[in-house]
Amino acid sequence: MFGRSAIVNIRSIGHHTVDAVRRFGYASRFLALTIAGSGASFRRLRLLIRELYFTGVLSLIIVLVSGLFVGMVLGLQGYHTLQTYGSESALGVLVALSLVRELGPVVSGLLFASRAGSAMTAEIGLMKATEQLAAMEMMAVDPISRVVAPRFWAGVISMPLLAALFSAMGIFGGYLVGVVLIGVDEGSFWSQMNAAVDFRNDILNGVVKSFVFGVAVTWISLFEGYDAPPTAEGVSGATTRTVVTSSLAILGLDFLLTSFMFRGF
Amino acid sequence: MAQAHLIAISNVSFAYDRRPILTGINMVIPRGKVVAIMGVSGSGKTTLLRLIGGVVTPVSGEVRVAGQVVQGLDKHGVYELRRRMGMLFQFGALFTDLSVFDNVAFQMREHTDLPERMIRDLVMMKLHAVGLRGAHRLMPSELSGGMARRVALARAIALDPMLIMYDEPFTGLDPISLGVISNLIRRLNDALGATSIVVTHDVQEALELVDYVYYLSDGRIVAEGTPEEMRASTDPLVRQFVYGEADGPVPFQYPSRPFAEDLKILH
Repeated sequence: MFGRSAIVNIRSIGHHTVDAVRRFGYASRFLALTIAGSGASFRRLRLLIRELYFTGVLSLIIVLVSGLFVGMVLGLQGYHTLQTYGSESALGVLVALSLVRELGPVVSGLLFASRAGSAMTAEIGLMKATEQLAAMEMMAVDPISRVVAPRFWAGVISMPLLAALFSAMGIFGGYLVGVVLIGVDEGSFWSQMNAAVDFRNDILNGVVKSFVFGVAVTWISLFEGYDAPPTAEGVSGATTRTVVTSSLAILGLDFLLTSFMFRGF
Repeated sequence: MAQAHLIAISNVSFAYDRRPILTGINMVIPRGKVVAIMGVSGSGKTTLLRLIGGVVTPVSGEVRVAGQVVQGLDKHGVYELRRRMGMLFQFGALFTDLSVFDNVAFQMREHTDLPERMIRDLVMMKLHAVGLRGAHRLMPSELSGGMARRVALARAIALDPMLIMYDEPFTGLDPISLGVISNLIRRLNDALGATSIVVTHDVQEALELVDYVYYLSDGRIVAEGTPEEMRASTDPLVRQFVYGEADGPVPFQYPSRPFAEDLKILH
């Protein structure tokens, strides 16, 4: 009896693995088709600009407000810790490095996944469920190059910009709490930050991270929408999967990228 | 010769995975005619439209549209062919982020280099043909079911197609909208010199409208003929469908175990 249930379990693990590999292959093919069908997005900039507005501009509020609060909390926590060692003048460095290297790309990536990514999945899933994609195909218009590709590039372009704005807003939040509220010396706050933050090692690496997160989140969101079963349940499941998979992808990729970028050079 | 028929389907079979949907279909659609494909839900009617549009490929047999074998065409060839087809989806499938005007203009903007002024005139003409010129600024969410279907019809005829396909055009419409759509199908077909295929299970409306009927059951053509022939048919399957009888060759009960067994009545 035990032997039989063990076999059933092993078989189901096998099924899940084969399904996951097949789905990943399908998603990779989807990404390749999206990139191959990107010509129209750049020839007809209006398509891209419209999506940039929906993906980027409409995510601004949540990203800016979150950035401000994260920076303010960093200012408070950082001050308390640094004060113990009498080095509160390094608050600017702590706030800036935490944001530019890690929190900026990661938190704005997570916010981007839940704000813009879920919206993309739901929109494309519903377009599929209401036969809009099929109608487009019957009108001899490729939905991948007309609907998917502009959204993909809008996501890839928006994400690094949103992460940069998040970090900038965070630094401002840290300044507000550290300098304006607590009274850390303004000169050392900025000058130490200026001296410690390196363009290539910190800022550029942060930009690379946010670019990678942008590709991952947008790819996952679009694929989940395109692959969603055409029912209410299917679209809602796909939207949930977008947020969960994107968040895990961001955190996993962040570890991977960090281990390559910051090896103690 | 073959050109008398816009579409010729010979010995086509189709299956999803290994589940057969269509078996040995032979069908011709003459130019200029309105032809109905009728049958109960799940009989493979919509799949036939998908085969004609080149969305799916038959397992065996051949679908010819305007002399071209559809499954022999590459993606570019299929897209070229589709530009000469219009399709009305069951619930319209309008692009919800575009206005009525932009929905109808969609194909013109995608496929032609016409100046915007000319597109405007053409769109207004198409909308006028379906009686909705005054609604061109509305969004799809502001339309009733019948209006949405008419806008979708204007969109389907945007590029003056040679073939218009209707997938269940009467589903969920009130009697007035139903009459309007039915009237439009005939009028547009004749005015555009097009050929139309209407997939439907709305028997009475279809028999009034079309020139010829194919009746599909379980993926096979089980009857065909003019509406008069269908009405006069003695075939029990056709009679059950045409007169809407609850029980007959198509059973009322889904296949199941004997009732007594399910109720656990012991003998």
